Amino acid sequence: MVLIFVEHDGGKPADSSLEMLTLARDVADQLDAPVEAAVFGDGEGLADELGQFGVEAIHVVDYDGVETYAPIAWAESLDQLASAVEPEAVVAPGSERGHEVLAHLGASRDIPMAANCLDVTVGDAYEVERQRWGGTLLEHARLSGDPKLLTAAKNELTVAPAAESAEPAVEPFTPELTDDDLAVRIDRIEESDEEGIPLGEARIVVSGGRGVGSAEDFDQLEELADLLDAAVGASRAAVNEGWRSHDDQVGQTGAKISPTLYIPCGISGAVQHMVGAKGSEYILPINTDPEAAIIGHADYAVIGDLHEVVPELNETLRERSD
Amino acid sequence: MNVLACLKRVPNTGAKIVLTEDQQEIDTTNLGFTMSPHEECAVEEAVQIVEEHGGSATALTLGSAEATEQVRTAIAMQADEGVLLETDGEEWSPRNTAGAIAEFVRDRQEDGGGFDLLLFGNESADAGNYQVGVRVARELGLPIVTSIKSLSVEDGAVVAEREIPRGSEVYELDLPAVVAVKEGLNEPRYASMRARMQARRQEVEHVTPERRTDAGLKKIRLESPETEDSETEILGHGPEAVPEIVRVLEDELEVI
Repeated sequence: MVLIFVEHDGGKPADSSLEMLTLARDVADQLDAPVEAAVFGDGEGLADELGQFGVEAIHVVDYDGVETYAPIAWAESLDQLASAVEPEAVVAPGSERGHEVLAHLGASRDIPMAANCLDVTVGDAYEVERQRWGGTLLEHARLSGDPKLLTAAKNELTVAPAAESAEPAVEPFTPELTDDDLAVRIDRIEESDEEGIPLGEARIVVSGGRGVGSAEDFDQLEELADLLDAAVGASRAAVNEGWRSHDDQVGQTGAKISPTLYIPCGISGAVQHMVGAKGSEYILPINTDPEAAIIGHADYAVIGDLHEVVPELNETLRERSD
Repeated sequence: MNVLACLKRVPNTGAKIVLTEDQQEIDTTNLGFTMSPHEECAVEEAVQIVEEHGGSATALTLGSAEATEQVRTAIAMQADEGVLLETDGEEWSPRNTAGAIAEFVRDRQEDGGGFDLLLFGNESADAGNYQVGVRVARELGLPIVTSIKSLSVEDGAVVAEREIPRGSEVYELDLPAVVAVKEGLNEPRYASMRARMQARRQEVEHVTPERRTDAGLKKIRLESPETEDSETEILGHGPEAVPEIVRVLEDELEVI
């Protein structure tokens, strides 16, 4: 059996969990075994959706205090559930929580964990293909351990319902936890007072790089974003220059975005930037250099100085909306 | 407050990563080396905490003798001392790396030099295993939280924030504790030439850790992902391309 850790928001599975299910189901098919899910919090309503993705049982962890994220308690619960149901593999999404919970499980059992996997071939040891360097390199590796611990790379696997849907049984699972297990937990949520659309949720992202030239010159990009209902991003170079805050950074050590349209302005397109941007459906750079790497990654491109193109574009869009 | 910042030496890759012929490593013939970006923030944070609360900031790495270079960079960033857990340069698994670091921390503790806070990068730039900090914390029986982008120390506890859409989750951990941080936590200072010169003269403690036996995750080979070089339609040059941009946004992509 393959046990998966599913993240959800009030019964709606997270995208990264659905992507992970594509990998988990592939492992289960190779093993000719079912997929069963571990969920925390109110799992009501998950049965239908997870059933469509071929999940055959849902174990809802039932313990006072675990409905709020508490990494050690969650990992300990998963550990105890794994002891009860003896999975051959435990698969988690390549999200912050997925990595954290599975790393705890690997540490407490003293077994390895393979992060950000794209492909798995089962056997005594599993052969995995996984991302390194934020996805700019792939590693083929042999994973041992019982069970095998894997996280699935984000924004890489296609979300696809199972060929045959299942009607999962929903069963409570009550772990034995201590206060120590619950010591690390979300104490409170603080809402940011920042306005605008978060990068990760934007349908269009307008980004600026070194070619923008100054913090003030980002005003034109802000205006363009405003006209397009877009979020504003930046390359690491622009952040290092102090023109934008790190929260706006797109790339390996910043946000990974997946908008319909990405408009990078004055960004050369280094691999570290592209791993953050490759989830974009369409890319339309504005760049003075026709040889820039970003042009090769693009669907459309404008060759020119953003300081000339963007104001003109803003003007046209403004007139259009009037 | 005694703070330990753990860091990793990684190649400073350019626009394209080139592999060695046997596909086991990155070809570093023409590359310099640097500190993983998340860990640069860990070092900066350790120094800032000590500047505010007093105590000592220690920078540690596990790697070949060459990794002393990155420990010295941390010293130039005003870390008080540096430690190298020296290996033959082979890539150690997260489990073995964590074991060696935990043992060093325990030894220090027995000598009366325990750490109140251990900082790690959330994941190394090169291997991206997301687990060394967690394994160290579990081995030492300390609380840990990962993916942290804001951190402060107050009254024997560390307050740590993880970013979520439109806000942050706040965690409070009693010290001693372990925190794995991400870039954006702070702005790492630029080490001046003078600080770099001084750092060169400072002694870096060498420890030779024992490597545990470990089946672990065994590398077979590396490869570069196939890049989809997409067909690029050039919409035009300069401001004259604007009508064409608007047409694409409206008719082809239907986003306006």
